[in-house]
Amino acid sequence: MSTADWKNYEPVIIPDIKDLDKIDVYVKNGGYKALESILKDKKKWADPKSVINEVKEANIRGRGGAGFNAGLKWSFMPPADGGPRYLACNGDESEPGTFKDRKIFEYNPHIFIEGALIAAYAMEITTIYVYIRGEYKAYIDMMEKAIADAYEKGYIGKNILGSGYSVNFYVTYGAGAYICGEETSMLESLEGKRGYPRVKPPFPAQKGLWGRPTTINNIETLAHVPSVINRGAEWFKSVGAENHPGAFLYGISGHVNRPGVYELPSGVPVLELINDVAGGMRNGKKLKAVIPGGSSTPVLRADQLDGITMDSESLRTVGSMVGTAGMVIMDEDTDMVDVLWRIAHFYHHESCGQCTPCREGTGWLEKILLKIKNGEGEVKDLDLLLDLTTQMEGRTICALADAAAWPVRYTINRFRDEFEARCKKVIKASNKAISHQS
Amino acid sequence: MAYEFTKEDLKEIEKIKAKFPEVMPATLPVLWVAQKRFGHVEPEVQKLVAKTLDLPEAHVHGVATFYTQYYKEEKGKFVLDVCTCLSCQLCGGYDILHYLEKKLGIKTGNTTEDGMFTLNQVECLGACGYAPMLQVTNDKYVNHLTPEKVDKLLDDLKEGKEPEYEKIGMPRRKNI
Repeated sequence: MSTADWKNYEPVIIPDIKDLDKIDVYVKNGGYKALESILKDKKKWADPKSVINEVKEANIRGRGGAGFNAGLKWSFMPPADGGPRYLACNGDESEPGTFKDRKIFEYNPHIFIEGALIAAYAMEITTIYVYIRGEYKAYIDMMEKAIADAYEKGYIGKNILGSGYSVNFYVTYGAGAYICGEETSMLESLEGKRGYPRVKPPFPAQKGLWGRPTTINNIETLAHVPSVINRGAEWFKSVGAENHPGAFLYGISGHVNRPGVYELPSGVPVLELINDVAGGMRNGKKLKAVIPGGSSTPVLRADQLDGITMDSESLRTVGSMVGTAGMVIMDEDTDMVDVLWRIAHFYHHESCGQCTPCREGTGWLEKILLKIKNGEGEVKDLDLLLDLTTQMEGRTICALADAAAWPVRYTINRFRDEFEARCKKVIKASNKAISHQS
Repeated sequence: MAYEFTKEDLKEIEKIKAKFPEVMPATLPVLWVAQKRFGHVEPEVQKLVAKTLDLPEAHVHGVATFYTQYYKEEKGKFVLDVCTCLSCQLCGGYDILHYLEKKLGIKTGNTTEDGMFTLNQVECLGACGYAPMLQVTNDKYVNHLTPEKVDKLLDDLKEGKEPEYEKIGMPRRKNI
């Protein structure tokens, strides 16, 4: 299916089926068939490695934002040595603009559970944890119920479906900390500590939970796995954009008529997502800007969007990223200075404080932006902000500093006029090229 | 005041401990059990958690103070966490926050004199498509807020009626 046919795509993860969250309905609609196949069909799936190979071939790029091939990640696990091995499913979704995994918890929890069980079998894992952000109390309860049901039906636990394979599956949750979505911070939190990201290497595949081999995957990433097993890697690759295949759960929010989460192939044109899927702009306003994949991904001006599609290749040509596909749509009345200050406030609040460039840098970004927002800034402050971003990026243990720096750099570069207009003293002598390119 | 867990709490704590190969991972969930029981986890409660799990008090204090959802001091009967982050900011989150400040007669971060409501401004709660919204005492989300909806929520809460879970239907294909 080419991306032009997106209107004919049949949703797999959140299809229009009533009560799909109930295990009987899920099974009636072909649920847990993929798990049964990999456990029992030895002709098709000779060993756990054959499952990893299929998933690697499908190229499910991590839907938590990093976009790394999930099967390739699985292949980094060292050979089993008889000791415990863990799968930690990342349901911490907290990146502003992202609200997709909760739809899986609510409408189709078993497709995620089945995907996690397949991943666990493929990597010879002994225990699965799903870590859900503490604010998602409702979804934590829903997952507890879904997992209890799957235990009762014999899809989780000892000797699953008579295969000899056993695994435990537990729900665990946070208590309010964006940083715990960073994979090693999540491991620390799961271990009952403050969520400080770990220095890598060693990577979690070598030393993860309690020093044992661990793989971390996003919820949506795992929810794609059962259909790769059922329909094959070739089918998955035939959906959406060539280099970023499969469906996305697009979360569309902001100034549109029909915000929400939509399952469609990757690579749908940004403007069609806004106008056709999300029902166009509210109150007939003009489009001003789009943040394509959560608050850390560089903002795009409306005039940059012609022909741009939601996949990493296309977005790269205009200097942005697909991230979590959490799209924030802004209309002509949006004050970009206010928006950027609020994003900077978020990252300052959420910095864990471990690394100096991030702890101090995020604070300065917010402070300087607040000054500009209040009309007390100077044009040279804009260059100070840009300089600050280069002092933060790539100098810390985790990517939070980068996530804080990017929006500052790109919002200023792409809306420089607006920022300058807000500054008190416009220094005429400044010969800095004011460019809309970048 | 001396805090003690009930028998049911201790049973739940045993269940939590069984999920993990060590006791330390029980820290976060047991702090949640404590907060549910006492309404907060002020230092004396943190000490009880440490004693119950046989972990250092400093460790439990460190964890309790890292995560924003743990109340390190007593709060109002209902805590209103208004999201003002990005999508909520764009869709009027600050208007809702200011409306609540006016209506409750308090500044953000404070509790009403009758101890009924605490008003907070919080970071993204992952309800971006349903903005503006707020969360009531770490539990139910109230979405698509308008001044009228806020009025009704406050009236209901004063009568002890907590909001129900708001199921937001999936966008239907035929609408696309």
